[in-house]
Amino acid sequence: MQDQEWALEHPQGPVAGVAPGGSVVVARGLTKAFDGRLAVRGIDLDVPQGGCFGFLGPNGAGKTTTLRMILGQSPPSSGTLSVFGLPVERSIREIRARTGVVPQADNADPDFTVAENLRMYARYFRLPRAVVAPRVRELLEFMELADRADDPIKSLSGGMKRRLTIARALINDPELIILDEPTTGLDPQVRRMIWNRLRQLGHAGKTLLLTTHYMDEAERLCDDLVVMDGGRIIAQGAPRALVEAHVEPYVVEIQGDAATLQRLLGSLPGVRLERVGETGYCYTASLAPVLERLGQVPGISHRHRPTTLEDVFLRITGHELREA
Amino acid sequence: MGASTPIAILPRPRGGAFIVWLRNLLVWRKLMVAGLFLAFGEPFVYLLGLGYGLGRFIGEVGGLPYLAFLASGLLASSAMNAASFEGMYSVFTRMTHQQTYDAILATPLSVDDIVAGEMLWCATKSVIVTLPILVVAALLGAVAGPAAVLAVPVFFLIGLCFAGPAMLMAALAPSYDFFNYYVTLLITPMFIFSGVFYPVTTLPGFAQALVQLLPLSHAVGLVRPLVAGSAPADAGLHLVVLLGYAAAGYLASTWFIRRRLVR
Ligand SMILES: Nc1ncnc2c1ncn2[C@@H]1O[C@H](COP(=O)(O)OP(=O)(O)OP(=O)(O)O)[C@@H](O)[C@H]1O
Ligand SMILES: [Mg+2]
Repeated sequence: MQDQEWALEHPQGPVAGVAPGGSVVVARGLTKAFDGRLAVRGIDLDVPQGGCFGFLGPNGAGKTTTLRMILGQSPPSSGTLSVFGLPVERSIREIRARTGVVPQADNADPDFTVAENLRMYARYFRLPRAVVAPRVRELLEFMELADRADDPIKSLSGGMKRRLTIARALINDPELIILDEPTTGLDPQVRRMIWNRLRQLGHAGKTLLLTTHYMDEAERLCDDLVVMDGGRIIAQGAPRALVEAHVEPYVVEIQGDAATLQRLLGSLPGVRLERVGETGYCYTASLAPVLERLGQVPGISHRHRPTTLEDVFLRITGHELREA
Repeated sequence: MGASTPIAILPRPRGGAFIVWLRNLLVWRKLMVAGLFLAFGEPFVYLLGLGYGLGRFIGEVGGLPYLAFLASGLLASSAMNAASFEGMYSVFTRMTHQQTYDAILATPLSVDDIVAGEMLWCATKSVIVTLPILVVAALLGAVAGPAAVLAVPVFFLIGLCFAGPAMLMAALAPSYDFFNYYVTLLITPMFIFSGVFYPVTTLPGFAQALVQLLPLSHAVGLVRPLVAGSAPADAGLHLVVLLGYAAAGYLASTWFIRRRLVR
């Protein structure tokens, strides 16, 4: 496959400034205040080289702010921050030269066509002409935009714009790729296509740093992740490990009033009941006794599934609406 | 510098400024052909309509045929307008709605590169806009001779002079409406009172003094003699005022655009 080759042609060698197995991004006590209001409250980060590192967290948790600090687009209020072993406040040019960025909102240059956007971006990185032409062609193929090369930005769909932004982030063949909600608002086909591409980049040895609100996305892509809430890191680990550490193996979702469920299931050992609106959630290590009790009440509607990262997320960030 | 250089640290642009300038040139080139007709057509209308029309009644002004007097004034004020509008509306658009600068700030370029590049582009735009007017004025016999090309670097300087304050307005503007104040309170009065249409000496004394504080009269003071084929009087003073506004505007706009983009 054409795009498979792309990843293989650009295997990531050792990252300068980072010892093998070392961290590409290191933060200690990283803090950001906007007009006295803390958006990030003293977080520590160690993003290992290679693989995909995720940031989860409700709206306003401080994910974008953290990424902007890593990119030198927002000066930290306190704490230390280094990328590739370089301090962000002094070496931002070199850091940015070796990093690719997909911002939360697409910002392709509307005054240029698709291919012109990539060529202009290559100029900002001062890439040699001989490199740019083949790489633009390659990236347009990689993100399946080749037939749109000469189209203006305003003629693109949301999914195409997102793919262009990702192609643009790869123009400098970056060692570190930062993606702020890469698949928000995209249809399932485009999301899967982007997941495949991100996996290929991961296999090529790139370090990926991404934020997402989709737990399935985090489970599929991330080797390691942090959950942020209110500017703090409240959990960290591999997706599977987080599920094992924070929630029971199964959950039964039940439509029924709280009192009934409490009466029915409350006395079972090892069972935890939660409620969001009309739906009750019964977390348990053993399904059989729960299903048996529910079977005694005719007409009660329920379904069961293994727990996922979503259950972890709801458990540790709480079930209430944020920013309500 | 990129990351955390807020107020009061001197601008440190690098070669990246020329890439920002190039970006704008490439965009302009795409639209150039469509704009060519207007670029030449508008000065024709102004110079023929006002220059010939009013010139019949007015005759000579300040030792020049009115057409030549008006043409040199319009050259200076067009350089002012081009840089001002580019520095306000276009810079604001790229800073906010288009997020062009956010995209650039994910590359090795810095805010200082962006500001310096935009300022160079504003000044370039002043030259781009004034050249067709100069050609039309020459065709209509309002230009004394080839020495008028000496006015071209002055157009660039006028562009720098007005780009700084305009970009400062862009840095401070909450929305496009904000620019109406600057245009109505400063640009338009300067256009009317700074010697574009009639000599500043016809104004009352205090008004003359006020006008001398504003840069457009100094721009006219340089451009008019150069277009009319003579050496400008007080050239040093005019240059210092234009350069002073350019430098002050550059510093202030760098500081405030840094504050807006890197927060
Ligand atoms: N430029 C700014 N000025 C003032 N406050 C800001 C600014 N940028 C972010 N904030 C605040 O900082 C907090 C964290 O915002 P941030 O954008 O980092 O959250 P996020 O985790 O990316 O959220 P989302 O998932 O909605 O993108 C929010 O309370 C936000 O209002
Ligand atoms: Mg965000």
